Amino acid sequence: MEIVLAIAIGVLTGSGVWLLLRPRTFQVIMGLSLLSYAVNLFIFSMGRLGLAVDKEPVLIAGVPQDLQHYADPMPQALVLTAIVIGFAMTALFLVVLLASRGIAGTDHVDGDRAKDLQEMP
Amino acid sequence: MTAWASFISSLMPHLMLAPIMLPLLTGALMLLLREERQRLKLGVNMASTLLGLIIAIALMQWTHKAGAPASMGVYLPGNWPAPFGIVLVLDRLSALMLVLTSGIALCSIVFAASRWHRAGVHYHPLFQFQLMGLAGAFLTADLFNLFVFFEIMLAASYGLVLHGSGRTRIQSGLHYIAINLAASSLFLIGASMLYGITGTLNMADLARSIPQVAEADRGLLHAAAGILATAFLIKAAVWPLNFWLVPAYSAATAPVGALFALMTKVGVYTLLRLWTLMFSSEAGASALFGSLWLIGAGMVTMAFAAIGMLGSQRLANLAGYAAILSSGTLLAAAGFGQNVLTAGLLYYLPSSTLAVSALFLLADLIDRWRNDGASLAPYETDGDAPFLNAQLMPTTGINLDEDEVALIGRVIPAAAAFLGLAFLTCTLVIAGLPPLSGFVGKFAMLTALLNPLGLGSSAGNQPGLPGWTLVALLIATGLMALIALTRAGIRHFWASHDRPTPQLRVAEGLPIAVLLAACVVLTVRADSVMRYMQATANVLHAPSTYVRAVMSARPVPGPVSSGAPADAAAVQGIAGGTP
Repeated sequence: MEIVLAIAIGVLTGSGVWLLLRPRTFQVIMGLSLLSYAVNLFIFSMGRLGLAVDKEPVLIAGVPQDLQHYADPMPQALVLTAIVIGFAMTALFLVVLLASRGIAGTDHVDGDRAKDLQEMP
Repeated sequence: MTAWASFISSLMPHLMLAPIMLPLLTGALMLLLREERQRLKLGVNMASTLLGLIIAIALMQWTHKAGAPASMGVYLPGNWPAPFGIVLVLDRLSALMLVLTSGIALCSIVFAASRWHRAGVHYHPLFQFQLMGLAGAFLTADLFNLFVFFEIMLAASYGLVLHGSGRTRIQSGLHYIAINLAASSLFLIGASMLYGITGTLNMADLARSIPQVAEADRGLLHAAAGILATAFLIKAAVWPLNFWLVPAYSAATAPVGALFALMTKVGVYTLLRLWTLMFSSEAGASALFGSLWLIGAGMVTMAFAAIGMLGSQRLANLAGYAAILSSGTLLAAAGFGQNVLTAGLLYYLPSSTLAVSALFLLADLIDRWRNDGASLAPYETDGDAPFLNAQLMPTTGINLDEDEVALIGRVIPAAAAFLGLAFLTCTLVIAGLPPLSGFVGKFAMLTALLNPLGLGSSAGNQPGLPGWTLVALLIATGLMALIALTRAGIRHFWASHDRPTPQLRVAEGLPIAVLLAACVVLTVRADSVMRYMQATANVLHAPSTYVRAVMSARPVPGPVSSGAPADAAAVQGIAGGTP
C-alpha cells in the first residue's frame, strides 16, 4: 500500500512540476492542480503511526479508542481545508489566466508574442 | 494613563481578537455596500484602520508593562487547552508587527483616497481582508492556522496586485500568483511532515517535542523544516526565489506597493518566530539547524538587491529592490541567533519598512510629476528606459552638463521641495546614513556583530567569517544603495528642468510625511525603542517562556461545570510568567 501511494504522489508531483515550468499558462494551471492533488495525498499519508491501512475511520463501540485502532483524524481535517483553499486559488488563477490571454493575445506566461512563436512551436 | 491601562487590562485577553475580527467585520460589511458608494466605503475603511491602529498601540502598551519581562497574552478561541485547539499568542514581537501593519495601512489608505481607490472595484474590502490575514499571521501560534491566515492574506493580495488592471499588472500578477501557489504547496508539505514526525501543529508544543524526536527521524525533521522554510523564504523574497517581487510590486498601484513592502516582512517574521522556537539553543541535537543557510541566503540576497538597485532607473523598481535589501539584511542577521544582534535587526525592521513604503508612495508622485500628470510614463508604453536609452545616451530633457542651462537662483516650489526632502529622508534611512533610524539600526547590528557578548565582555572574541562578511556587506550595500538613490535623486530633482510645478494634494503628501516622521521618532526615542527590542529579542531566544505561557493557558470553564465566574479563569489565561 505504501509503495503504491508513494509512486502515485511521486508521479503527480513530477508531472506537476514539469508542467509548472512550461511556457503556456494552461500548462501552468494544470501543473498547479496536479501539484495540489499530490500535496493532498501527501497530507493524507502523514498521519501518526504511518498509513492507516485497515483501520476504522469513525468510532465504533467495543474498539479501544487509540490510534492503533483508528485512522488519525487530524490529516483528514487538514486535507479538507487544503482542498477547499487550493480549489479557490486555482479558480482565481484561472480568471487571471483568461485576463492575461485576453489582453496579451497569447497564452505565453510572459504575454509575449515573439516568445510565443520561438518557444512554443 | 493608568485609567487607560486598566481599561485595556479589563478588555484583555479578548482584545487580542480585535485585530483579526475588526477587519473581517469591516470587510464583510463593505461587501454588502454597492460599488457606487465609494465615499462611504472609504470613510468606513479609514475609520476601521484607525481604530485598528489604536487597538494595536494599546496591545503594544499592554505587552510592554513595566516590571513584567515576559508578559504574553494567550487566547484560546475554541476554548480547548493548548496542544488540541488553536491558540493565539500576543507577545512584544506580534504587537510590534501589528502596530507597524496598522500604521502603514492607514498611510496607504489615506494616500489611496486621493485617486487610486477608484482605479478598480472592491478595493476597500480586499484591503481589509489583507489586514485581517496579516494580523492573523502575526497572532497565531498554530502552524496550520498560520497557513490559513497566509492564504487569506495572499488571496486578498492577488486582488490588490491586480487593482487598476492593465497589461503589466496582469502579467506580473500572473507570475506572483503562480509562485505563491507553489509556495503554498511547499508550506503544506512541510507542515504535514512536521505533524507526521512530532504529532502536533501547535508551535509551542513543536518547540517542546523537537529535542525528543528519535535520532532516526531527525533527518526527516530537518527536511520538513527546510521545506517549510523554503515557503517562507519565497515570501521573504530571498535570492534566487525573488524574481517575481520587483515586477509585481512596481506594477502594483502605489498604495498597494506600500502595503506590500510589509508582506516580505511577514516571511521574515514567520522565519524568526518559528526558527527561534524550533531550533533555539535549547533544541538539543537540532540546535541552530539551518543557521548558516539563513545567513548565506540573506547575504546573497543583500548583494543581489544592492546590484539591482544600482541597475534600476525607475523609482518603483528601486523601491522594490530596497524591500529585498531590507529583508535580506534581516534574514542574514537573524541567522546568527544572538539576542543582541536580534535586537538590532528588530530595530532595523520597522525603520526600513517605513522608508520603503514611503519610497513606493513617493515614486508615484515623482513619476506623475515627470509625466505631467499621467500615471503611465511614455517610456513604459514604448519600452524605453526613463533616463538612458539602449545606446546608454541620456534621453532628452535632462541637463547633465552644467554649462547647458544655469539652474542657480531659481525659486524651488514648495511641493517640489517637499518631494525632494522626502526623497532625501528615504535615502538616508534606506542607505543607513546618520542621523536617522536606518543608521541606528545598522549601527546596532554592527556593534552586536563585533561584540557578540556585549560591549566589554567580549574582549578577544572575534566574529567568525560569516560575521566579518556580514559587516562588510552591511557597509557595502549601504554604499551601493546610497549611490543608486543619489543618482536617481540627481536625475529627478536637479538634472530635469523646465517642468511645471508638481501638483501635490495634502492627502498624498501627509502619509509620506507621517511615515518619515515615524522614522524620525524611532531615532529620537531610540533608547526606549531599543529597550523594547532588546526585551523582545530576549524572549525570542528563550523559547521556554513562550512554551510555558502557551501550555499553561487553561480554558474557561462552562457555566455548568463550575460556578466560578468565567472572567477569573480567563485572566488566568494571561500568563505573566517570569523566567
